[in-house]
Amino acid sequence: MATSVAENNTELGVVPSFNVTLFVRRFNKEDGLEARWEDFDVTVHGTDRVLDALHKIKWELDGSLSFRRSCAHGVCGSDAMRINGRNRLACKTLIKDLDITQPIYVEPIKGLEVEKDLIVNMEPFYQAFRDVKPFLIASSKPEKERLQSPEDRARFDMGTKCILCAACTSSCPVFWTDGQYFGPAAIVNAHRFIFDSRDEASEVRLDILNDKEGVWRCRTTFNCTEACPRGIEVTRLIAEVKQAILRGKP
Amino acid sequence: MVTIETPRSPRNRKSAQREKQAWLFMRASGVVLIVLIFGHLFINLFSGNGIKAIDFAFVAGKWANPLWKIWDTLMLWLALIHGTNGMRTLVNDYTQREGIRKFLNIALWTICIALIILGTLVTTTFDPCPDTSVASALPQFCK
Repeated sequence: MATSVAENNTELGVVPSFNVTLFVRRFNKEDGLEARWEDFDVTVHGTDRVLDALHKIKWELDGSLSFRRSCAHGVCGSDAMRINGRNRLACKTLIKDLDITQPIYVEPIKGLEVEKDLIVNMEPFYQAFRDVKPFLIASSKPEKERLQSPEDRARFDMGTKCILCAACTSSCPVFWTDGQYFGPAAIVNAHRFIFDSRDEASEVRLDILNDKEGVWRCRTTFNCTEACPRGIEVTRLIAEVKQAILRGKP
Repeated sequence: MVTIETPRSPRNRKSAQREKQAWLFMRASGVVLIVLIFGHLFINLFSGNGIKAIDFAFVAGKWANPLWKIWDTLMLWLALIHGTNGMRTLVNDYTQREGIRKFLNIALWTICIALIILGTLVTTTFDPCPDTSVASALPQFCK
């Protein structure tokens, strides 16, 4: 085995590389200019992601380019951005999967105030998250493990996948025009506790989401489901919360 | 400074319930409207002689039957309220200033109510052969 790998190394190891043009939306509060597109030509490999191209720009071409990223492997949710008009994680989008005959457009997620280049102010997003009380509320003291059947655990499993990247909320047209709306991500995280058999404050959260700016603003456009890099069926979870509010219980 | 929880401004319970009821109304009226509108289109445009049959006499004949009076009145009410409520959500989405939002919503509901009153007046007081001194103004079948 080892020898055959070594023999084919020249073929196996070769990763095709190609040139792409990235148009990046630049903005700097301090220079007083309007937001504008700036293009960069970079040579990337077939295994590179959009995040790698952004790194290349920042490290080799223009150090002033600003964007967020932490883990760079699709877990922390820092680098959600609008790539070719779709909300994605830069670290999970392979460049070869995009149409590389055309320039790749990278801009900040919409609906939140841009602070610099691809960095937006996430505070309104986190505020909506905090407002739905995204933590276990139980009256008993945590002296022993709170047991739960596999079926009860499965009931809210999908919502636990959320990494709070804001790709869904910032793809929602209601959120774009009305910053008061809780947004899909907050509702997903409320869903995660509303349908948790160990939690005792479902009614409180349902009451919060029965607000004028709550679940009823959802227009079921499915943008959120399409945007979620974790494959959460966001619109379905929102619909389940609507039904729970109508029932008055989860 | 670390803030654990920022309390939101007190909610208007009445308004929240209204939003829920509006949503429920949209779902229910939507289902009923599908039946009413497609039934209406089928009877008027497709059954019998189809679209060629439509004239004053056709409408008068239809409204001689209370079923169609109720059908059309219900369709009028539901379609207008359903449509106006849909417009209201658009206004709430896209207006930035509270004053403009209020003005547009009041204008919407004023138009809606005016149309409902006028339309209901027509369907409930409709008489194909009213007492009139000008006999020539009456349709053929009244003579």
